[in-house]
Amino acid sequence: MPKRYRLIAQAIAVLIAIVAIAMMPGVIELFALMQLTLFAAMAVLALSLAFIWGFGGILSFGQTAFFGLGGYAYAIAAINFQDSTPAILLAIVIPALFAAILGYFIFFGRISDVYLGVITLTVTLILFNSVNSTSGDAYKIGTALLGGFNGMPAVPTFNMPFDPSTVLSPEQSWWTTAGVLLAVFLMLRLLLALPAGRIIVAVRENEVRASLLGYDPRLVKCLTFILGGAVAGLAGALYVNWGAFVSPTIFSLSLSAEIIIWITVGGLGTLLGPIIGCVVIEYIVAYIGSQQLLNSNLVLGGVLVIFVLLLPKGLVPTARDLLLRLIPESKRKTNGPSVQSAVAPHPAGAE
Amino acid sequence: MAIYVILALDVLNGISSLFLLCLGLAIIFGMMKIINLAHGEFIMLGAYATVISANAGVNIWIAMLVVAPLFVGVVGLVIERCLIRFLYGRLVDSMLATWGLSLLIIGIITTIYGNTQQGVPTPLGGFSIGSYQSSYYTLFLALMAAVMMAIVYGVMRYTRFGLVARATMQNPAMAATLGVNPARVYMSTFALGAAVTGLAGGLLAPVSGITPGMGGAYVAKAFMTVVGGGAAILSGTLSAASLFGSVNQIGAYFTTPVYGEVIVFTTAIVLIRLLPQGISGRFFKGNL
Repeated sequence: MPKRYRLIAQAIAVLIAIVAIAMMPGVIELFALMQLTLFAAMAVLALSLAFIWGFGGILSFGQTAFFGLGGYAYAIAAINFQDSTPAILLAIVIPALFAAILGYFIFFGRISDVYLGVITLTVTLILFNSVNSTSGDAYKIGTALLGGFNGMPAVPTFNMPFDPSTVLSPEQSWWTTAGVLLAVFLMLRLLLALPAGRIIVAVRENEVRASLLGYDPRLVKCLTFILGGAVAGLAGALYVNWGAFVSPTIFSLSLSAEIIIWITVGGLGTLLGPIIGCVVIEYIVAYIGSQQLLNSNLVLGGVLVIFVLLLPKGLVPTARDLLLRLIPESKRKTNGPSVQSAVAPHPAGAE
Repeated sequence: MAIYVILALDVLNGISSLFLLCLGLAIIFGMMKIINLAHGEFIMLGAYATVISANAGVNIWIAMLVVAPLFVGVVGLVIERCLIRFLYGRLVDSMLATWGLSLLIIGIITTIYGNTQQGVPTPLGGFSIGSYQSSYYTLFLALMAAVMMAIVYGVMRYTRFGLVARATMQNPAMAATLGVNPARVYMSTFALGAAVTGLAGGLLAPVSGITPGMGGAYVAKAFMTVVGGGAAILSGTLSAASLFGSVNQIGAYFTTPVYGEVIVFTTAIVLIRLLPQGISGRFFKGNL
């Protein structure tokens, strides 16, 4: 497809997505809508890791650190201010600041792949352990009791901006969450199409070459990491809004594992794949939770092992390759280089 | 005065259990550069093997020292043949696949034995120093750590297998041209590492709560120690285990056990930042 048609096709896809989001509450029941809202919040989290891992080449095993920080920042601020507007902002800013400190430490210290995984994993554990031990009246920030492993119940949910008396209905919550998902997706897509995004991918592909071209890989990776942290924090706020509840399990290792599974299943190096992977896996987990026959860890672990061994590219890139094979060779020659293949998934860290 | 003796015993206990927990991982990671995120589950399998065989009537010492390492060693062998051997040289994929493996093992054990806590009574009695109680088992763990260190050192230094293994660790291609089959060396190394890990799980079974998810508590600690220790298997693991074990126990003594862990993790991060090659990369270059 020439570039103009590609743009038109993409615009149509976005329009369809907007219409689908708007129509959804009229089509399905409230319970299903609530579940979709949860999936949409999780999909934002999936996007945050999809971006830093798939395009920045940074495999963070502890993306839940930022997710949880965002959730807790939102909960504490919302209880104190009784208004969600500043709380949402704080849920973005605090994880971003934390990512900045951690990223400075990791990338400017030139800590490599494996160590990065160990450090992010460890940070998540530190947060989990610390928050877990905050039960008792001594641990409160403003009027918000942290509550230790019991978590914080009755967190105020989203309200209209600067109007705490109007709390969003479940339908409005869905529109907000799904709207944020679409907005984050488009923002990241746009960023990757801009020169800045090309630099991020260039650093992933070859750090030495990128630095010879005059870019500072440490700074680029650090900024990528910070953006990922901010998006994950926002996802945390959306998640807490969904359940009006936050507990230390938000930092748990099993959730960190799940994010990685979403991306491996959906397809590393794409933005759409992780969203699809997230929804599919979360649906399966919810389904398994409702029956007794199979253990969810067993299924998740099996899925991860099978995908790593047999389908390492993930669903979306595999489907794309199959589709491309269907189009005859002669027709394909006239195509310009597609955006997708220019940033083709390169198995991150493959040596 | 008695309190300091007890604190010293605690520190000794912390160091020796950490060393035992990490040795198997150090063998696998140090030699094969495979990140085994299922390490915690190997420990859990060792603990389960001990508890189940002990409760079935096997002598507790045989259950700990023979059944656990044998069982986990065999499991490790099977896993190497079915999974790990496809992943050599694919560092990130090996992390993902072993993470999947860890979830899979947790799932299987939960399905079979349920999510309840199992246990065996701690063998050997206790003794008292002043008004404080301690158990002989603590001393036994320290002794076992020393014995394991001696065995691994002896095998690596003085046997043909150790020589071949060290050669393969340094340069697999060169070892292959000299007639060594690296695939077989990797296979036996992985099984050996798994067996050592199983032994650690068996030894810790009497002193820890045993649940399918117990491995999660160990895996990050073990990784930090191995990464903090650096490439040398014994000197690196021992120095890092000494550092983190002491920091953990002393930190826990002055604050709470939870903050003891937090202090250890923070120390580990700072250490990796300061010594990216690990302690042994700086101080024990070229040692085992």
